[in-house]
Amino acid sequence: MRRLLLAAACVLITAVPAFAQTLRIALRQDLDVLDTTLATTYVGRIVFAGLCDKLFDIDEKLNIVPQLATGYEWADDRTLVLHLRSGVTFQNGEALDATAVKYSLERHLTLQGSFRKSEISSIDHVEVVDPATVRVVLKSPSGAFLAQLTDRSGMILPPKATEAAGKDFAAHPVCSGPFRFVERVPQDHVTLERFPGYWDAKDVHFDKLVYQVLVDPSVRLANLKVGTVDITTDVVPTDAAAVKADPKLHLVVYDALGYFGITNNIANGPQANNPYGRSALVRQALDLAIDRAALVKVVFNDMFTPTVQAVPPSSPFYDAAAQVPERDVTKAKALLKQAGVALPVKLDLLTFNDSDILQASEVIQSMAAEAGFDVHIQAMEFASSIQASVRGEYQAYMIGWSGRVDIDGNTYAFLHSGQGNNASHYSDATVDKLLDEARGTVDVAKRRTLYAQMWPILRQDLPITYLWNGRNIVGMSAKLNGFRPVPDGMIRVQGLEMAK
Amino acid sequence: MRGHLGTRIAQIIPTLLLVSVLVFCLQQLMPGDPALVMAGEERGDPQVLAQIRAELWLDRSLPVQYLHWMGNVLQGNLGFSWRIRQPVAQLVFQKLPVTLQLGAMAFAIAVLIGVPTGIIAAVYRNGFWDYVANAVGLAGLSTPNFWLGIMMILLISVQLGWLPPSGYVPLTEDWRQSLATTIMPAFVLGNAIAAILMRHTRSAMLTSLDQDYVRTARAKGLREFVVVIRHALRNALIPVVTLGALELGTLFSGAVLTEQVFSIPGFGKMVVDAVFNRDYPVVQGVVLVTAFLYVMLNLLADVLYVVINPRLRGLEG
Repeated sequence: MRRLLLAAACVLITAVPAFAQTLRIALRQDLDVLDTTLATTYVGRIVFAGLCDKLFDIDEKLNIVPQLATGYEWADDRTLVLHLRSGVTFQNGEALDATAVKYSLERHLTLQGSFRKSEISSIDHVEVVDPATVRVVLKSPSGAFLAQLTDRSGMILPPKATEAAGKDFAAHPVCSGPFRFVERVPQDHVTLERFPGYWDAKDVHFDKLVYQVLVDPSVRLANLKVGTVDITTDVVPTDAAAVKADPKLHLVVYDALGYFGITNNIANGPQANNPYGRSALVRQALDLAIDRAALVKVVFNDMFTPTVQAVPPSSPFYDAAAQVPERDVTKAKALLKQAGVALPVKLDLLTFNDSDILQASEVIQSMAAEAGFDVHIQAMEFASSIQASVRGEYQAYMIGWSGRVDIDGNTYAFLHSGQGNNASHYSDATVDKLLDEARGTVDVAKRRTLYAQMWPILRQDLPITYLWNGRNIVGMSAKLNGFRPVPDGMIRVQGLEMAK
Repeated sequence: MRGHLGTRIAQIIPTLLLVSVLVFCLQQLMPGDPALVMAGEERGDPQVLAQIRAELWLDRSLPVQYLHWMGNVLQGNLGFSWRIRQPVAQLVFQKLPVTLQLGAMAFAIAVLIGVPTGIIAAVYRNGFWDYVANAVGLAGLSTPNFWLGIMMILLISVQLGWLPPSGYVPLTEDWRQSLATTIMPAFVLGNAIAAILMRHTRSAMLTSLDQDYVRTARAKGLREFVVVIRHALRNALIPVVTLGALELGTLFSGAVLTEQVFSIPGFGKMVVDAVFNRDYPVVQGVVLVTAFLYVMLNLLADVLYVVINPRLRGLEG
């Protein structure tokens, strides 16, 4: 019996794996389809970061930097000329040239079910000037267009392999990134292997990447501690201290692109017809009743940034003048009195089933009560809450946005009249004009001025009560060097290496 | 006996049809538009939503959607996953062995723990070992799977470093690694069933041990071990086998939570992801296959019941 037990113990102990030259990356959920044109998930973008290069990348300060394109110039305000890197090949050996760029952009625009179409719909047509030069002609000037090429819209696919694979492309995707596709087991993992022909091979220090789906935050942390994963994004704020305290691990916290806030139903159906929906003064009162700094401290261990705007402090469009107000319950009460509403002001706060967000809602409920609000929290499963917001079946909705590189991606669709993501049905002619003008110019200084004019109006009307900018919280092995904290939260494998 | 089996087999098809209608109707009652979920953060574009609805037949009436799906099922096509665009049959084929392995290991653990402790508890009725077995059983029944799972990960993987905390390796790829990744979840899953089996084995054994034939066996001078195992246990096992078959359903439902905690890519994890992502073809496919398996396992239990109890062999209907 003792021999048997000893043998069983040996079997189990030797079965704990050792992963040399393999980088294991934890994902918080399973990704969707591995096709750059059809994909929608955030975690899918993390896998694409190993599989596919883009025309441009962004750096830690959100500057647009070369990747497959070595440079660009605006021939006029509607014509973008791209200069491509020479000698780049796809993982199947096809050459990456201007024809491939034209093919990929046109595929994004025309493939049935494309989710990229709306991102680059400003393209009128694409011309091949020579094998290393592409001319992209826009329908109208677009200040946000270039930033779209730093994500999936800028990922270039090999025309022959893509056409040959047809609808099965996602089962065996081919790209031009540092790692090529090996296998995918849905709900479990995606494996990529080193692509020897990569144009920047000197910066690639692993033979294999394994993206492991680990949904539960405690299990992600356990895997990180044991060493069965080397790096994980989305460490929950309450686990950050445990990562920090572990000498074998390293914690990196840096700005993310998105925000979290309360979307207020101003004109979306009958549920907008209440004191909170009708009166900006009542919304201002709630805004003043919330102590964002305390909220972030209590719920998120002080790891997020209190805010009143849609972009993080690292964005070139962050407006230093739009600062978070001090909590002022007296003024909030005065505003409610000025609005002439009966107290307490009843308000249904819709939220989704996430323990942190529910806790944040409860903190808001408690703070608001002191100012004269009676907040009732309605918790729903995520998909149901989204549907309720689209249909206008809500008064105020706790919801965030993962964020885009350019400010246009964080504002236009949520604040401009008639846009699909404008769930509050907010409509203001001046804000519309400022958003349109800022979108229609490539001059960054001018755009910054236009957005700066918009925040004071939004602070008065409050279609969205911005609460905090999220931050990326990444846990990794202390031996892992070369990690670049870029706000989009992607794990760039170029330059990453494991110390001996 | 043959007639009885024939009737049971004939019941399978209407049962599965009923299940297919039920699951199709129930998921329509779920709030949350699948097109909105599919569109992700592109949901703001009405054109995108309309395109998804048309592509997935969501713009047709419910009976048309059902008949379209059922027509394909009857031809052996369970449809395509809306989210990852792979055939549902392929996903089922990929995931089923994982859950079957987990379930088989969990059931083996449950039997290995539950039956012997039940026998010991009955033999030492109201004694120290009976109280110990009952206390263990009660603890097994009262401990939630997800809590036990997380605690075991923290203790056995993080603190002691004996086993990997999560994941799965197929048996065919590396059997040792496969056992290492599944032994902990199998224990968590089998734990509650072990407790139920223990209590039923104890109760059935107590009844058997009081029977005349057991007294006769003892009077013949047989050793107590032989009396308990060969005479009392054989009769006591009949209700335990029936209960075991019923508990296979508990295994499948328990696998949903256990696979989620241990990140095992099996049926349970697939169906949870599919429900949250409103991936209807996957939900329908998984439920249909699970119902089929459940019906077949109960049929198997009926056969085993007859094998164990010779008195039923001559019965018809």
